[in-house]
Amino acid sequence: MTRAIPRILRLLVLGAGAVVVLFPFAFMISTSLKPTSEVFSAGLALVPQTWAAGANYAKAFTRIPMGRILLNGVMVCGAIVLFQIVFALPAAYALAKLRFRGREMLFALVLLGLLVPIHAISIPLYAAARTLGLLNTLAVLIVPFTLSVFAIFLFRQFIKAIPDDLIHAARSDGLSETAIVWRIVLPNAWPAASAFAIFSVVAHWNDLYWPLIAISKTHLATPPLGLLFFRAAEVGDDYGALMAATVVITAPLVLFFLLAQRLFIEGMTMTGLKG
Amino acid sequence: MPAEPVAGSAAAQAARHEARAAWWLVGPTVALMLALLVLPTLAVLVLSVTDAELGASDINFLGLDAYADLLTDRTFRGALRNTAVYVLLVAPVSVLLGLGLAMLIEAEAGGRAFFRSVYFLPVVSLVVAMASVWQYLMHPSFGPINLVLRLFGLAGVNWLGSSDNVMAALAIIGIWQAVGFNMVLFLAGLTAIDRTLYAAAEMDGVRSAWDRFRVVTWPMLGPTTLFVATISVINAVKVFETVATLTQGGPAKASETLLWVIYQEGFVYLHVGTASAMAVVFIALLLVLLVIQTRVLDKQVHYG
Repeated sequence: MTRAIPRILRLLVLGAGAVVVLFPFAFMISTSLKPTSEVFSAGLALVPQTWAAGANYAKAFTRIPMGRILLNGVMVCGAIVLFQIVFALPAAYALAKLRFRGREMLFALVLLGLLVPIHAISIPLYAAARTLGLLNTLAVLIVPFTLSVFAIFLFRQFIKAIPDDLIHAARSDGLSETAIVWRIVLPNAWPAASAFAIFSVVAHWNDLYWPLIAISKTHLATPPLGLLFFRAAEVGDDYGALMAATVVITAPLVLFFLLAQRLFIEGMTMTGLKG
Repeated sequence: MPAEPVAGSAAAQAARHEARAAWWLVGPTVALMLALLVLPTLAVLVLSVTDAELGASDINFLGLDAYADLLTDRTFRGALRNTAVYVLLVAPVSVLLGLGLAMLIEAEAGGRAFFRSVYFLPVVSLVVAMASVWQYLMHPSFGPINLVLRLFGLAGVNWLGSSDNVMAALAIIGIWQAVGFNMVLFLAGLTAIDRTLYAAAEMDGVRSAWDRFRVVTWPMLGPTTLFVATISVINAVKVFETVATLTQGGPAKASETLLWVIYQEGFVYLHVGTASAMAVVFIALLLVLLVIQTRVLDKQVHYG
């Protein structure tokens, strides 16, 4: 319908919108290069008059154990995705293709589970973690998320579309049900698995609620919590150092996105529309 | 028919084998579901009708009075009101902007991939980090936003520091973050519309761009719009990261949202019972949203 609008007008609107969207990124990078005095006085100039990149980024890496925090984020997100797929795929296959007593009940539980976010059940989970002595460990950041009812729901829909003949043929060839899951279903459900992986990494890389509850030690923080620790350790309005820290902490996922844009956008679209 | 019982028992054996294999496959998930979902949810329901506090040994049963107390609790009512304001700002604006951008980008063959990536960038940027950037952008005296406003001769705004503006300021950040996600969902919906429908509409005398939108695009996008709207509302109800990073519920409780007060009650004041009752209300709210979505979706099938 917008074909009738002149192209120049369309480009103007899209360009203006892009400027608004990129505005925070531009000032984030620019400010991370400026000394504090210039942040207060420089107005809207993006290029620094005096460069303070070295000092700012040095603070970003030394005030908190930045390398360790980024590594925590990668390990936690990686482990969560791995466990979620390892548990969800066999269950989704059974729900989609096998007949067994309790199947409807289990699927009803999956649907109910979609309703209950971690925020709502964090108190019993915290109490359990405390009793088990798991607070302030990387494990406590992973275990509550090993079950993803959303992954089960998404994979089940996808696996339903796999032809039964393919599975019968594999069974006639003597494959066990477990072998069918990993050697027949997984390759066929790969688009769903990779889409879910993207969705899960974006969600857990961002999550602050649970880490804030379960972790109080800086060296065990995930990136969002690490940035809160950085802000707490900071005195005054040292925006240069704060912006340097935000650049470092934002960069990994943004770079990953820029390298695999289609994977990201298709993945978020599929999980968004099915969720 | 001597063959039948034999075949029947073979089939029964196969069914038994299939059920055994199925339970082997779902077993770990069932165990996790009990430990991480069912039992915690039941625990929250039980705690919600008590006055339990972390560390206190005696627990009293309050029953439904616990919920009646919530309804008169000023903090909780304030949080519901602030969350509602946030949702009513973020959801409609991010859905409409997402739709508008998707249609503009759809029509733009050349720069499609570029604009799509630019608008999607906030979705993959760490919320807590970008919130810190917005805090600087919104700084009342040297923040670039107020500097731009002054450039146009407008008065600067005390964005995050004033109880009148703080929810709007948080909503601006929320919209900036959500638009790109809604845009890619709408793009998927637009691509799925059958091109011949536009040709058919043209033959029926639909000429103007607005009429093409009204007659073809909008009705065909109905289910997508509903999905996007529901996701937008649910995500907005869960606003927490920006509040925890920037305002801590202030100034003067003006930005206390639902998840923020649940976190405060449960993990700062250790009022486990009250926090659980709030959490149950939170789940009930999500349930209502999903029921509305399903109802509207059922209705739309008749028109579709």
